[in-house]
Amino acid sequence: MSKSDFSRRGVLKTGALAGTGLALPTIFTASSAAAFTNDPTGSSVTLGFNVPQTGPYADEGADELRAYRLAVEHLNGGGDGGMMNTFSSKELQGNGILGKEVKFVTGDTQTKSDAARASAKSMIEKDGAVMITGGSSSGVAIAVQGLCQEAGVIFMAGLTHSNDTTGKDKKANGFRHFFNGYMSAAALAPVLKNLYGTDRNAYHLTADYTWGWTQEESIAAATEALGWNTVEKVRTPLAATDFSSYIAPVLNSGADVLVLNHYGGNMVNSLTNAVQFGLREKVVNGKNFEIVVPLYSRLMAKGAGANVKGIHGSTNWHWSLQDEGSQAFVRSFGTKYGFPPSQAAHTVYCQTMLYADAVSRAGSFNPCAVVEALEGFEFDGLGNGKTLYRAEDHQCFKDVLVVRGKENPTSEFDLLEVVEVTPAAQVTYPADHPMFAGGALGSCNPGA
Amino acid sequence: MDAILLQILNGLDKGSAYALIALGLTLIFGTLGVVNFAHGALFMIGAFCAVTVQRLLSLSYEMVDESQKDFLGNPLKVKTPYVESWFGPEIGGTIIDWAVPIAILFAIPIMVLIGFVMERGLIKHFYKREHADQILVTFGLAIVLQEVIKYFYGANPIQTPSPEALSGVANVGALLGMDIVYPVWRIVYFFFSVAVIGAIFSFLQFTTFGMVVRAGMADRETVGLLGINIDRRFTIMFGIAAAVAGLAGVMYTPINSPNYHMGMDFLVLSFVVVVVGGMGSLPGAVLAGFLLGILESFASMNEIKSILPGIDQIIIYVVAIIILLTRPRGLMGRKGVMEE
Amino acid sequence: MFGLDNKDTRMLIIVAVLTLFAPFILNPFPTGSAMAQFNAGYPDLMQRFVIFGIFAIGFNILFGLTGYLSFGHAAFLGVGSYSAVWMFKLLSMNVVPAILLSVAISGLFALLIGFVSLRRSGIYFSILTLAFAQMSFNLAYSVLTPITNGETGLQLTLDDPRILGVSATADGSIPVTSLFGLEMRSTFEMVVGPWAFQFNVGYYLCALVLLAAFYLSIRIFRSPFGMMLRAVKSNQQRMNYTGLNTKPYTLAAFVISGMYAGLAGGLMASMDPLAGAERMQWTASGEVVLMTILGGAGTLIGPVLGAGFIKYFENIFSKINDTVLHNWFAFMPDGLEDFVVFIVHPFIGKGWHLTLGIMFMLVVVFLPGGLVEGGQRIGKWVKGRKNKDDSTSATKTPAE
Repeated sequence: MSKSDFSRRGVLKTGALAGTGLALPTIFTASSAAAFTNDPTGSSVTLGFNVPQTGPYADEGADELRAYRLAVEHLNGGGDGGMMNTFSSKELQGNGILGKEVKFVTGDTQTKSDAARASAKSMIEKDGAVMITGGSSSGVAIAVQGLCQEAGVIFMAGLTHSNDTTGKDKKANGFRHFFNGYMSAAALAPVLKNLYGTDRNAYHLTADYTWGWTQEESIAAATEALGWNTVEKVRTPLAATDFSSYIAPVLNSGADVLVLNHYGGNMVNSLTNAVQFGLREKVVNGKNFEIVVPLYSRLMAKGAGANVKGIHGSTNWHWSLQDEGSQAFVRSFGTKYGFPPSQAAHTVYCQTMLYADAVSRAGSFNPCAVVEALEGFEFDGLGNGKTLYRAEDHQCFKDVLVVRGKENPTSEFDLLEVVEVTPAAQVTYPADHPMFAGGALGSCNPGA
Repeated sequence: MDAILLQILNGLDKGSAYALIALGLTLIFGTLGVVNFAHGALFMIGAFCAVTVQRLLSLSYEMVDESQKDFLGNPLKVKTPYVESWFGPEIGGTIIDWAVPIAILFAIPIMVLIGFVMERGLIKHFYKREHADQILVTFGLAIVLQEVIKYFYGANPIQTPSPEALSGVANVGALLGMDIVYPVWRIVYFFFSVAVIGAIFSFLQFTTFGMVVRAGMADRETVGLLGINIDRRFTIMFGIAAAVAGLAGVMYTPINSPNYHMGMDFLVLSFVVVVVGGMGSLPGAVLAGFLLGILESFASMNEIKSILPGIDQIIIYVVAIIILLTRPRGLMGRKGVMEE
Repeated sequence: MFGLDNKDTRMLIIVAVLTLFAPFILNPFPTGSAMAQFNAGYPDLMQRFVIFGIFAIGFNILFGLTGYLSFGHAAFLGVGSYSAVWMFKLLSMNVVPAILLSVAISGLFALLIGFVSLRRSGIYFSILTLAFAQMSFNLAYSVLTPITNGETGLQLTLDDPRILGVSATADGSIPVTSLFGLEMRSTFEMVVGPWAFQFNVGYYLCALVLLAAFYLSIRIFRSPFGMMLRAVKSNQQRMNYTGLNTKPYTLAAFVISGMYAGLAGGLMASMDPLAGAERMQWTASGEVVLMTILGGAGTLIGPVLGAGFIKYFENIFSKINDTVLHNWFAFMPDGLEDFVVFIVHPFIGKGWHLTLGIMFMLVVVFLPGGLVEGGQRIGKWVKGRKNKDDSTSATKTPAE
């Protein structure tokens, strides 16, 4: 495997310096000036899968890795091909990417921006990865996206839900398939209106960091547009484990809906605590008290057990979808691993396929060619219906699922049921929407 | 008024977990002089005792049900727990439902045993070493313990519900003519921890064994010279301290679903509690536990947060700094303990 | 040389050789071979080795000399990184002002925290520093987001108002950090047969700073000031009885070590212009404590070794996965191969924490003086064997 350098200019400069200062033996060769970072010149191409393997999101990371392995297997022609068969673009032949065998390296983000960048850098500098993908939190995704932009490789974001990833922190080399806070709100609002009416008082508990804020802003705006009143927005520390002292004041606040803008472990605990305090049985102003969890994760929801029953939220994808693509994916994932994939697994599988397809269509691994191929790309058959990779902000626009905790689950995976599939048109927003303003894509960076 | 009473109640309830963990930490420090960074891990292992008991009780056999399909379209395998088939669904279901209280019986011997093994196998060799070394080795142990748990149980939280009869809410304000509802299990947790704390104190106060241990805490050498095998008693105390942490963990599981890093989440906090209470002082640890619980609850009230934004993030540390600067030995500590 | 005695000069030279030739030393395996997984000679990791080495050297000036165990040192590193990134955002992409500012600001911050915390000693001091650092972390993550950019970390953007320099380069990217035009990220690659060695400008800047920091630390250790600090460690009370106020000395040590941390933070931001709040978390402070003790607290070289050890584990072991394992053991019969992979599996990849935990315990239990003691023992053993061969001098083994 040959490797090239981080920056061609740098090489030339250093090379010239060394050339004049030292009489170089012939074995000293700066590798030929490649057109872009980590141009795969051998018979294989290396992708970098950067997921949390330690820390609270380790299980989601593990599920993402499973999906990546499956995707690599399918790309190299193994297995049953999964969603490659249902994908509307037929460029991928099962012979790797552009005839090069797909290899991968894995790394641990630890769900920390620093560690994630270190891991991504080692993939780029040491292993010659031409694309980095993964992540299970927005902070990490944004940090790694910034790095990939500087280094000149493509970043295909994994699970990241913050508006900022394709909003004020968007980057030309970064792409997001997953949905975002605004879309969650836009999808949930009509369902909430049908279920709970237009005269409601909402109380927000929000994780006190960037993702939580954008989520809260989106949901509050969408529900207020329905005529709901926002009673209170309370920020909770990320490190909090017991939310009882934040839940207790809800009891006498006059609110009749509790919105939990929490994710992961925070979500499990705050939901468990809210149910403990009898909020679900409570009646306020003659209306049943309701709890809403805007972003659901099935893997995490398992930790809340029976507490999720009847509680509404949104997800990017769910394994019980009946379309051809979803079923093909569930079948190959389920056959290989024995349980259905999570939404994190789905989104990273799609991202890998989309990248491989874009490279094939572009006929080159050059990041700028890939960006061009992905921008404005319309596709279908990957489980979310017709989807558009919008050129202006590199965000996918597709249907969003509104789900509910199932009352009578038949198995340990059967936790959520799909209530409504909100069509893409309803969650689409203009690229210059104020919640996404303040950043610029910049221009694509091929590195070298 | 209701809101304030509710937060006091909430503080007591939060504080009872802090007090139990800090009590165990202080027992180990007071008797053995060891700074145990693995104490949070013991709390976590206690919680996973409950998870294990729940899993054991719900061990099931599978029967193929042709009428239902699983996610791949194959016939669904319906699971029936063995206890339900042995005792009938009624009694069997109740047994599974009461898994957490049953786990107490299971956790005590396990935790005591883990405590013994830890003390004899590792901690024993560190009595004469520097505190920094103790911290490093117990921190290493904590990482190992939590990674082992993660290997077997995964990283996601695992739900372990309280018995049906003890979930739901109770109106505790009814006696005072007020409307203060509070989750039953949290009230149970509070009384449980008060009972455990009471038991530990009376054990130390009223038994000969306890008397010797207290004497040993005050002056280990003299007690040793009197021909009493103080080391063995200290080993037993380590086992008891581990059991206290474990029990705190078992009973905590219905409040928040346990995960492998819950011990680390409590670690820093419990050290702050111990220091605020006074290193080596058992009543101090308990008092500080409840006090910090209540302060933390108040700090999370919106009325207070609107005056001091972010105060709930740092209240514990602010209190620690104020106490240490104004009253260096903590609330009830003796002078000179751990000063160098 | 440089005012050092022979032994210290030798040590400084050894460190200099090790750091300057690190791209060779850390890349012993040919690229493309199965063992290449263990190569650590790529710019990012080499930079990290050196930066955390500086951090640990600084920590050791406080802990190794005075015995004051700070559990909040990561806060200074974090403050240093934030200052450096702000300098890049506002002033220029040159690393010099950024590093100077980060050292100055973290020095000030250390003065403030040290002044308060040093009123107590022992574990009370540790908890005070821990409390300050955790407060900084919690606030940086949430309330102080306008300054720190919270969860995401402070990054450069295309619309930074850079006074000396451009907001964005001509081709629409964010400019890169440089030393008077010499880009930090530029790398020269040398291919020798199957080996590829990478020489990175940023790494060599860090390495030079490390050498300066190491030299300064030797001077401090050997100075009357260092002697005074050691006296504080052995018996502070007696020092006080002699009528000497020890606080200025300990405070000076605290501030110096805080500035070292700030220097490390500034360098880190210079290599990769991002400052995340996690850098200030108590686990990060714990990490530098572990590095120092693991390497050998109070020794000169120990902290650097400890830093390298932990960072190596974090970056190399976490990247080994089952596919890699199967490649390594492919020569074995199938059943055996699977078995070996099964045995090794829990310790690599997502299990790297487990391996690290076990290593901590082993080192502390068997090598109380840290890795340095391990080295000394090996040295003695080798010496002992040599002496045994030479029977006449066997009895004359010098006592160390």
